[in-house]
Amino acid sequence: MSDDIDGGPFVLDGERRALRALVRDHAAREWDEAALRAAIGPGARLDRDRWRRLGSELGVLGPDVPATWGGGGGGLPDTVLAAEELGAALAPVPYAGTVLAAWTLLASGDEEALAEHLPALCAGTSVYAVACTDARGAWMPPRPSVRAEGGAVTGTAAHVVGAPDADHLIVLAATGDGPSLFVADVGAPGLAVTPITSLDLTRPQATVVFDGTPARPVGTPGRAVCALSAAADRAVVAVAAEALGASARLLADTVRYAGTRMQFGRAIGSHQAVKHRCADVLTAVEQTRSVVYHAAWTADFGGDDPALTASLARTAAAATLTAAADAAVQIHGGMGFTWEHTAHLYFKRAHFDAVLWGGLASHRERIAALVLDVLEPAPA
Amino acid sequence: MPKPHELVAERTRRLVEEHPPGETPVRDFLAARFDAGLAWVRFPEGLGGLGLPHGLQPVSDAIVEAAGGPDPFALNPMGYGMAGPTLVAHGSPELRRRLLRPLYVCDDIWCQLFSEPGAGSDLAGLATRATRGADGAWTVDGRKVWTSKAHEARWALLLARTDPDVPKHAGLTYFVLDMRDPGVEVRPLRQMTGDADFNEVRLDGARIPDDHRLGPAGAGWRVAMTTLANERSAIGGGSTVRGAGPIAPALELWRDRPDLRTPVRRDRLVSLFARADALRLTGIRYAAAPSDYPNSPEGTLGKLVDAELNQDVLEFCVEMLGAEATAFPSYEPGGDPAADAARRADVRWRFLRSRANTIEGGTAEVLRNVLGERALGLPGDVRVDKDRPWRDVPRG
Ligand SMILES: Cc1cc2nc3c(=O)[nH]c(=O)nc-3n(C[C@H](O)[C@H](O)[C@H](O)COP(=O)(O)OP(=O)(O)OC[C@H]3O[C@@H](n4cnc5c(N)ncnc54)[C@H](O)[C@@H]3O)c2cc1C
Repeated sequence: MSDDIDGGPFVLDGERRALRALVRDHAAREWDEAALRAAIGPGARLDRDRWRRLGSELGVLGPDVPATWGGGGGGLPDTVLAAEELGAALAPVPYAGTVLAAWTLLASGDEEALAEHLPALCAGTSVYAVACTDARGAWMPPRPSVRAEGGAVTGTAAHVVGAPDADHLIVLAATGDGPSLFVADVGAPGLAVTPITSLDLTRPQATVVFDGTPARPVGTPGRAVCALSAAADRAVVAVAAEALGASARLLADTVRYAGTRMQFGRAIGSHQAVKHRCADVLTAVEQTRSVVYHAAWTADFGGDDPALTASLARTAAAATLTAAADAAVQIHGGMGFTWEHTAHLYFKRAHFDAVLWGGLASHRERIAALVLDVLEPAPA
Repeated sequence: MPKPHELVAERTRRLVEEHPPGETPVRDFLAARFDAGLAWVRFPEGLGGLGLPHGLQPVSDAIVEAAGGPDPFALNPMGYGMAGPTLVAHGSPELRRRLLRPLYVCDDIWCQLFSEPGAGSDLAGLATRATRGADGAWTVDGRKVWTSKAHEARWALLLARTDPDVPKHAGLTYFVLDMRDPGVEVRPLRQMTGDADFNEVRLDGARIPDDHRLGPAGAGWRVAMTTLANERSAIGGGSTVRGAGPIAPALELWRDRPDLRTPVRRDRLVSLFARADALRLTGIRYAAAPSDYPNSPEGTLGKLVDAELNQDVLEFCVEMLGAEATAFPSYEPGGDPAADAARRADVRWRFLRSRANTIEGGTAEVLRNVLGERALGLPGDVRVDKDRPWRDVPRG
């Protein structure tokens, strides 16, 4: 019946359903719990084979990238479906950071850089991370703590997500023209990547110190903030989609547990205190799904303000994942507090996401600016 | 052939062009909308519909809403939200033809005679008795309560017990009752706002012809489920336009009273706005595509969210007004319709009225049970009355 209505954010056509099933199968096959555990152990590294398959077999790493540079097409709606499935499995892969890198490069409009970097990024043969924090980890600082001079960058970027596994870093650095973008190769002289234990073990991060590291400029000097912001507006929707997928998976796991765990002679899920909490997570997940799909669709096809819809998606999804993870830990009781149970991994993802890429406060601030600050009282 | 959604959009645009809502009497606009098949697009042609998927209704609603057209739910909530869909699903062709159009154009207001003093959440436990006479007609005795609009209603949806010797769900039958019957007595009940929008209704030998029965005798619960599902989705439908619906009073207050703005309130309003937009988009999504959860009672979810959001928004407004909110417009609704409309538009009145949102049409607790059990498949609550004949079950 719903197929009679074509288009729109909420009706997935056959191709999108197929893509989603493909990523779902991939994630289930490659990232079962044992694989997930192995991938987040001490010193664990990104599984390059699995990552390459996401690029070469599934073609989901370079959304919007034209085929000439190795992209498989597909815009934000496709990205969201892939991100949702990877998020559900908590796949320990730098998906969000990679789409951010791809979109940043695309937004720079630097054809030479695109030709050089995008094919490997899309194929998953090279891994990219975006280093645009300052020495304390603040996202896109107005005065970057990394400086560029004479083809080399110097300074520190902290909490660079994905850096431990990256081959190339897209760097935000101050120049005489204003903040500009560069690409530095990991392994270049004067570049130290020091991994730090990440709250969210599935999102490894590192402190990156540049000391006269050779770096090549990308795009128009002084236009970095513009390119990065445009890319981030899309990439945060992918992050929201990961959180949506994770929330839905957590809810399903929690409901399954609540239906079988017996206390007081009944399944705990038959007690209203537990049942109602599950119902609340359900309403949160369902509302978030609407907001995330809408944001993805309107970013590509118009009909709404992409900045507003991105911020709405980001805040809704983060709040939902936090609520879903809180409920999952609580409803699993003592079991939910163990390292063996996966609930804590989702819980950590939720709280990591809340500060990722500028954090929720910046998005709430933007919603306020776009919706509330523009309301003018009618002239008397 | 235009695509169905284009057809609906095009027809609706033509409707608002030919009958500009600002200049057209409400009744005439609704009549034109019914005749254009845009009342409920999913209904059959000739019955206010076009036989199209339900998902296309928001396409039409958004255009009418943006043009300032009347909202049939606000005018005739039980008629539009519940009676219409129930009649189409279970009514005879004759009843549908006779009742639907006057219902939609608000010539006939409808009410819902479900709740009783002893049966609210536990609706299937109701005691109002209907017995069948030799002529096949039914005689009804009992007492209903909290019946919205009973004082204005021409017709009622009535659920009554026809067999007390079987478990509660099996002994119910569903009727359409003529509120002008001499056996019907309506007494207003005052609410905490001071108004009397709902009533106590005494049924004392009220007569119903058998062709006003919906569904077989004893199968009333199944029919009632249609009504309840539609009730929830009608109540929780929200708005299709950003900033309208439950969030509107808060945005208006923010706009009109810069003197009351503070950073803390700004942050709270952002949260409320985000919730409102999520509810709005979920309404549109559910209409466009069924949820991924099998058997998800989608209207239930929207109704629950809408009710709690409405309360939170109005609580925010009252807090924002501060001392001004401690004065209430008036607990004495007057005879002057304009003054009364202004009173009811006041956020302080709406604040009090919103307390009903988590009770009417199913309480928040009951809706969470429904979501937990039917959408998520969690085990049922302990039921002590399920297999006993209704007459042996304790009540009170
Ligand atoms: C403004 C308004 C208009 C109304 N209009 C109509 C109308 O037009 N027609 C009509 O038929 N009815 C109408 N109602 C009645 C309404 O449907 C009932 O009030 C409602 O279903 C709750 O029933 P109750 O009031 O008997 O409360 P109860 O069922 O006694 O509930 C009292 C409290 O107990 C809780 N509770 C009950 N059972 C459970 C359970 N199983 N699990 C957890 N908690 C539970 C409830 O959630 C509630 O908090 C209206 C009510 C209001 C407030």
